[in-house]
Amino acid sequence: MTQDLLIRDEVTESKSRAGLQCALRGEWTKFWSLRSAGWSVFALAFVTYGLCYLSTSALRGHTEVTDPIMRVLVGFNFGQFVMGVLGVLFLSSEYSTGQIRSTMASMPRRGIVLGAKAIVIGGFGLVLGEVLSFSTYFLGRFILSGQASQISLSQPGVLRVLIESGIDLAIVGVIGLGIAAIVRSSAASLSIFTSIMLVLTVVFFALPGVIVNVLSRYLPANISSTVFASTTPSQLQGTPLFSPFIGLLLLALYAIVLLGVGGWLMAKRDT
Amino acid sequence: MIEVRGLTKRFGDVAAVDGLSFDVAPGKVTGFLGPNGSGKTTTMSMIMGLNRPDSGSVTISGKKYKDLRWPMREVGGLLEARAIHPGRSAYAHLWSLAQYGGVKKSRVEEVIDLVGLTSVAKRRVGKFSLGMGQRLGIAAALLGDPAVVLLDEPVNGLDPEGIRWTRSLCRELAGEGRTVLISSHLMAEMALTADQLVVIGRGVLIAELPVDEFVARSSKRSFKVRASNLEMLIPALEDAGALTLRETSACLTVMNLSAERIGELALEQQNALYELTDLCSLEDAFMELTEGALQYRATA
Repeated sequence: MTQDLLIRDEVTESKSRAGLQCALRGEWTKFWSLRSAGWSVFALAFVTYGLCYLSTSALRGHTEVTDPIMRVLVGFNFGQFVMGVLGVLFLSSEYSTGQIRSTMASMPRRGIVLGAKAIVIGGFGLVLGEVLSFSTYFLGRFILSGQASQISLSQPGVLRVLIESGIDLAIVGVIGLGIAAIVRSSAASLSIFTSIMLVLTVVFFALPGVIVNVLSRYLPANISSTVFASTTPSQLQGTPLFSPFIGLLLLALYAIVLLGVGGWLMAKRDT
Repeated sequence: MIEVRGLTKRFGDVAAVDGLSFDVAPGKVTGFLGPNGSGKTTTMSMIMGLNRPDSGSVTISGKKYKDLRWPMREVGGLLEARAIHPGRSAYAHLWSLAQYGGVKKSRVEEVIDLVGLTSVAKRRVGKFSLGMGQRLGIAAALLGDPAVVLLDEPVNGLDPEGIRWTRSLCRELAGEGRTVLISSHLMAEMALTADQLVVIGRGVLIAELPVDEFVARSSKRSFKVRASNLEMLIPALEDAGALTLRETSACLTVMNLSAERIGELALEQQNALYELTDLCSLEDAFMELTEGALQYRATA
């Protein structure tokens, strides 16, 4: 039973003070007790498996395919959005419903509330991301079996892509959470999240220039595009890119900064 | 024991709470009264550590809210707006709070039984009626078996049975030696429930006194009168100096005249009195007290 995952002892009399452990249990219960948890798992699986099927099937019969694993995991580009939206709503829905007042009354140290949420959403994203990336890999391998362009874990970069794609999903979920902690409103958080992930990238390519060349590799979308590919281009349309590993570190840094600012604001504000 | 000292909270230019000081003692029900917008909810939010005071302090058993080791076990609060995500079941909501507060799982079922929501505990809260939502809020407040209970407008949306239940619950909690603070804008409700009153208006303390004293102080009295011939009775009452107000064709409210005089006048006319009821004039007394402090007043 999922609901018993984090519950070992029910009596916490022995502990000196309500802290992170209590908050983690509460947040985990909150997470699975909403329908959105089930829906987002379904949406993530649907997008990654569905797009894997479509894009991989199209490769059948082709002989020369560059980076087939990237095609197999194409759904992760969209899966990121589902995860980010889930991260946003995990907190912003508490503000819109008033639930946050119950939460903060039971845990007045608000940094702990945000920390517990980050661990729950990050942990969920990591486990689900890894399960999805590896299962999608096997789906892709099955579709491509006997074809000229096959994939296997022994190919250079493939294992790295599978592991890091799951991590990417987890970090994007935490980024969504961090944005929600800063702006609170669901609508505003979601539009900021999509702007950063999507619109910003489009705007950047519409405005070419020296500054754009320097900055565009810092965009989350460009970072994850290197993460989801095994043959990493060192540049994208003339602009240099970070390596996947450095990119992930940068993405994690974004998440930490957003959480830090969000946590500071939560502690400073009224509810 | 709650101690509020010089509490001030501004929203922009408006001081919602302005230098408020009062005590809430254990073993009693303290009624927190004031017109709408007088700062009751803001004050209770500050007691619960949800709003930050601009100045002043609140302590619960001598400690600040954020320094409580197990906040839910020491203070339980029902906050005015429903502080519940509608997508969760009542059970899941309470269980998540219990985990946050380090409260046993068995206690969740206990409070669900206590507020009478057992049959709907697995249903999503969004489908709850206003009254069921209030009961769930009260369940959450009692979850940690706290020594201090704050209920903001607990009878809002409750049916008469629910109101009576809440009233006896408050009496019971105070009887067990807990500190109970309930807010309301209805004086009559408070007169039945509370022992002690804290009356505020525009964020300023207007009165802090026992309910009995408040009742005794109320000056204006009025009576509900029904008689066999009201048309005949009205002029006689008015000649005697009374103010009369025809409520319905069969019912009259009489002010500025004692019950004795009303009875005597009816007797003189051979007019049979069907009813002579002392209308609790607490609302009037409350209005008198808070008149200068009304935030929203109809001009008509």
